[in-house]
Parts: sequence; C-alpha cells; structure tokens
Amino acid sequence: MIAPNPGPTGHHPPLGAHEPATAKKQFLHDAAEHVRDTGHRAFVRKALGGYYQSRDTQKARYRDWEQARDAASLAKWSAVNRLDELLPRFVANFEANGGTVHWARDAAEARDIVLGLLEQAGAKAVIKSKCMTSEEIHLNAAMEAAGYDVVESDLGEFIQQLRGEPPYHFVFPCMHVRRDEISDLFQHHLGTPSTDSPEELTMIARRHMRRLYVEADVGITGANFLVAETGQISITENEGNARLTVALPRVHIAISGIEKVVERLDDLAVLLPMLATAGAGQPMTCYNTLYAGPRREGETDGPEAMHLVLLDNSRTALLADAEQRDALHCIRCGACLNVCPIFKNVGGFTYGTTYQGPIGSVITPHLRGLANWNHLSGASSLCGACTDACPVRIDIHHHLLQNRRNAARTSPSWLEKLGHKAFVFVAGRPWLFAAGGWLFRRTLPLAKALKPPPLSAWLATRDLPPAPRQSFRAAWRGRKR
Amino acid sequence: MSTRSPADNAMAREAILARVREALRVPAPLPHLAGHAAAAPTPNGRPGLTILPSEAGRPWLPDGGDTPEESLRILADNLAKLRAIFFRVPDLGAAADCLFAQARERDWQRVAWHDHPLVRGILSGVPSSTHQIDAAGQAFDKHALEACDAGITACECLVAQTGSILVSSDSCGGRALSILPHCHVVIATLDQVVPVLADALALVRDRHDGSLPSMLSFITGPSRTGDIERILVLGAHGPKELIVILVG
Repeated sequence: MIAPNPGPTGHHPPLGAHEPATAKKQFLHDAAEHVRDTGHRAFVRKALGGYYQSRDTQKARYRDWEQARDAASLAKWSAVNRLDELLPRFVANFEANGGTVHWARDAAEARDIVLGLLEQAGAKAVIKSKCMTSEEIHLNAAMEAAGYDVVESDLGEFIQQLRGEPPYHFVFPCMHVRRDEISDLFQHHLGTPSTDSPEELTMIARRHMRRLYVEADVGITGANFLVAETGQISITENEGNARLTVALPRVHIAISGIEKVVERLDDLAVLLPMLATAGAGQPMTCYNTLYAGPRREGETDGPEAMHLVLLDNSRTALLADAEQRDALHCIRCGACLNVCPIFKNVGGFTYGTTYQGPIGSVITPHLRGLANWNHLSGASSLCGACTDACPVRIDIHHHLLQNRRNAARTSPSWLEKLGHKAFVFVAGRPWLFAAGGWLFRRTLPLAKALKPPPLSAWLATRDLPPAPRQSFRAAWRGRKR
Repeated sequence: MSTRSPADNAMAREAILARVREALRVPAPLPHLAGHAAAAPTPNGRPGLTILPSEAGRPWLPDGGDTPEESLRILADNLAKLRAIFFRVPDLGAAADCLFAQARERDWQRVAWHDHPLVRGILSGVPSSTHQIDAAGQAFDKHALEACDAGITACECLVAQTGSILVSSDSCGGRALSILPHCHVVIATLDQVVPVLADALALVRDRHDGSLPSMLSFITGPSRTGDIERILVLGAHGPKELIVILVG
C-alpha cells in the first residue's frame, strides 16, 4: 500500500495508510481526541447547518419523496442483481462508442493500468477531477512516484492535495478546514495575498487551474453511473472542473467500480435529481454529463481516446453477501455522513477509510477484511438516521449489526464469550445472582474511585449513579408487603 | 511500465465476470419499500420491474408543469433560484438587442460561438469581436477560446422541473464552448422547453436515434462550489454567469 504524502500543514496523519492491525487502536484514539475538540465539532455542525436547510427545501419540492426513494432503490436493485448480464452489455456498448475498457481485479492492477496508459499517451501533466475510486487505489501517490505532475481540479480536493491529506468527507473533502487555513495554504503554495473571503479564495483556485486544463495531456475522472443500454458514463459535479477535464486534454481516463451500472438512460431521470437533493440539497448538481466515447468525426473538440478502468477490488465479495448486497446500491451522495451523530462527533479522519461515515463502516469490512475493520460496526448509535437519509434505501444500520454478528461468528472474542458464559451461569442460579448483586452494591464505590479496566473505558467520560441500598428483588418484596 | 496485453485484459475480465456470476447465485431480498412501486420476478426468474423507474418517478419527482404555460413559469422560477439570468424575448431581433445590451454592460471584448441558425441569427448586433470555433478549415484553438469573455450556444432543450439546460457536443459547438468562457449564453426557442428530465432524455434519443452525441450535459445554473465552509460561491471553474435568452 502506498501512503499519501505527509502534509505540510496537516495536523492529522494520512490515516488511510496505517497498518490494519492498528486500525482499531487509531480509531479509538482519534475518536477520543476529536470528541474533546468542541471547536471542531461546532465548526462541522455549522457547516452542515446550511445543508440541512437546503436539503429540506428541495425535498419539499418532490411530490412524494418516499415513493421517489422506492423508484431509485429499485433501479439500483435491479441493476446490481443483474450485474452479470448488464456489465457485459454496458462494456459492449461503451466499446461500440469508441471507448476502451480495462478490467482491474484489485488496486495494484488498476494503478498499473493507469500508469501504462499515461506512458502510452506520452503524458507529462495530468489533471484530475474528483474521483473517490482513485483515492481507494491510492492513484495520486503512484502517479507522482512515476514522475507525473498531477493536479486535483475540484476545489476541495485541490485544498486537500496541498494539505497532503485524504478527503475528510467523500462529498465535501475539506469541510473541516477554516478559510484562514486555506488562505495561508494558498499564500504558501501559490504566493497569493491573504484573504478571508471564500469567493476570493475560490477565484484564486480558478485562475490557477485554467492554464492547467489547457496544458494537461491527460484528464482523469471518476464515474457516477454507467448506462448499460447506451454505453455512456455519467459524471456529476458542481464546479465544471470535470467538464473541462474531459473537454481539453488529449486523453480521457475514467475509473469506476463495477457496481455503478444502471440499465436504462431513463433511470437517470430519477437518480440524478435524487443524488443532488440527498447529497447537497440541490434540485440537480450544476453539471450532469454523459460521455459516449472520445471525440467523434465532425465534432469540434474532445479527447482522441477514452479509457475506462473497471475496478473490482473486493466489490464482488460484497456482491456475494446477499444480505448486504444492497450496500452496492450506494450512489455516494454522502447523506448518511451528514446526519450521523458519530460522524459529526468523531470527524471524517477518525474512520481511517476511503469511504467515511455509516456507509463506509458497512462496506470497509467487506473491502478490507472484517477481522481488522469490525470496530467500525460499533461506530454507530443504531439510531437509523443513516437508513432514513439514504435515497436508495440501503439498510445501513442493520448491516452494521450483521457485521457485528458475522464477526462474532468468524472470530469470536474469548473475553465476550467468557463474559456471556459467566452471566448464563450466574443468572441461572438465583442465590448466586443475589450474592453477585450484594457484592456489586458494596464494591461499586471502590470501582468508581479506582476505575480499573475494563470499567475505565466507560468511566473515563461517564459517571455511574450511586449504588442502591438494596436489590430490586428486595425492594419489590418490601413493596408488596 | 507498459500497457497490458489484450490477453491479460481478457483474463482479468473473465475472472471478474466469473466472480460476479458466482456471487449472484444467491438471490438478494427485495429492498424495504414504502409504497406502491413493486418489483416482480420476470418469467425467467430474474428480478425485473413492473414499472419503469422514470415512469414511476414522474408523479413523485418535482413538478414540471402540465401545460406549456405552467412549464415556462416553473422554468423561469427555477432559473431565478439557481441565479441564472433569464430573458424572454418575442423574436430574433429582440434577442440580438438583448445580447447587445449584455455585451455592452459587461464590456465583452471577444465572444465565441458555433454555427447554428439561432446563434448566427443574433450575432450581427454584438459589439465585440467574434471567434467561431467551428469555422471551416480552422482548427480548434483552446487558448483562443480560453481568452473569450463569453460562449454563445444553442441547446437541445430546457427542463422546467430542474431548471436545467441540456447541451450536447453535436448541437452546441462541442465540449468546451459551453464550459470554458467566463459567461455562457444560451439561445433557445419556446418550443424547446420540456416539462421533466425523462422528456429531455426521450427527446435526444429521438433526435439522435442510434448514435447519441459523445457528450450530453445537463447544465443547472452557473458553476458553483461550497467547498470553503459550505458557503456558496458562483464561478468555481466553469462559467460565472449563465444567461438564457428564450425566443418566442
């Protein structure tokens, strides 16, 4: 695994890169740290405040949001469950449009394919638009190591690239960064004057990027949907950077997971507005663009070649789990992150994953191994806000429970097993239960004072009520008399 | 590092498709649905839908209007909310006057355009020098286009439901004209307004039967970002201004 570059200003290490064995330790450590950082929590909550408002305004314009969710859910369900038929159909139509498809079983294969294509194109400068699949395979580090100039064109991703950090949130990459930090960052890297105006900061990035679009040899994008019946790829964005990335360079490379297939072009009439409303509180994002191959005969511009890297990288392992297969319906809108009490309190970096929040907690154990990532199944209050927010009706919070169950089956914790055995033994013997209660009532003040492990984990941030003088059973008997 | 051989690519393809087929041997439960949309197994036992999603979505998604007047009202309302600049003019002469006024107000030095009857028809009045990106015998020049103040295009249609303008590489001067200049001006006629997104998709399908243009783009308002503290800023990388002149 290739680690992202350490950042010049980043307070957080690039968390996608740590050893799996430390993933849980790092999660617990970072979560505890972030929860104490009330300034950070308030900042993130404030940033999300505007989102809640515009999302509710847009949802109210739907004549029936719940029915629209059904339609979106069914469109994805029927595509994912017929992937064996629709994926080859998409590829045949994509190739008929003049594109080339490259199949990648895992991240290393995908990186090698892209590096091969860059060499074939004789590329020097690469411009990228936002692509979470490329974060997943750590593509930027591989391209930089191979000597290419790589620039992220999405404003949030550009800021994160300069900071040397992965995205904090897979839709709002730098929502944790204050404007004065961005001003300092631009001053340091681009030599621009200091400003506290978000508009002026955006214009700095705009001016900086324009020349790069025109001069880049290769443009790299992701894909939001792959349309089987027409062989088009659909890209959703707000800034226009993806449009420019696919208009001006000589070669276009798109990278997509295999699960992004939908059957019909018409499915997008439902999915595009739902993605925008759930993800950003918009009626539609600014640019929703469908690409069918490179520049055609008679067209004025566009790339000479269009490549698509189709990535498995353990998606088929998730597909094989029929119970949680609907997690592949995810359209990466980020709505579940925005409503999650855990995400809002521990922040995006704590997860240590490419995909943060509730959906990331569901899919990461499938993509990277349940043994090392099961702790994310506990990063939930099981309130179900994520499931309610999901525009394609993924049963997110139940999947977290299923991952806990699966982990208990495949790699049971001896401590938990012993604990349950002990409880069954005690609870089955009323005299022992009463004796245990007696002992507990007398030792509780001592435990509260000494905070021994494993109680310390609970008592570090919480208190316990005073011990009752008598047991519930004794109190009940007294009340009856 | 060199490119992969076709044989290696075919091997990866077969490996992934074999995993997909194997994974799908166990059927998945239907999603928990709230309402009337129902899925039923098709005769061959594969999952299928009794209602097409777009048709299903039509009565549930935001309204696009039942009459042309209603659609136009919704379109104008949506464009205003998106902070696009919308003009309705009676004829091409008035459209030319409107464009002239916009150009003078913003002091445009050079505008880019493509050869479309609607665009050609109104350019005569523009006080700036013009750059035609699809002039016969002339290669496309990225730098020249980048230096233009505005790009003037036609469009495939306008969608009332979302306030979107559908452009394509075929009918709107390629890929860059509607995104690279700082201002995008769209000239359209009243009969190009359609109620909902599904209508727009049906329209391009009919028009380009069998061979869709290499790019189709729904443009919904001027370019924007909220990446800095989730505060809305217009003109991130694409046009800062979107001007729609509707003729008729």
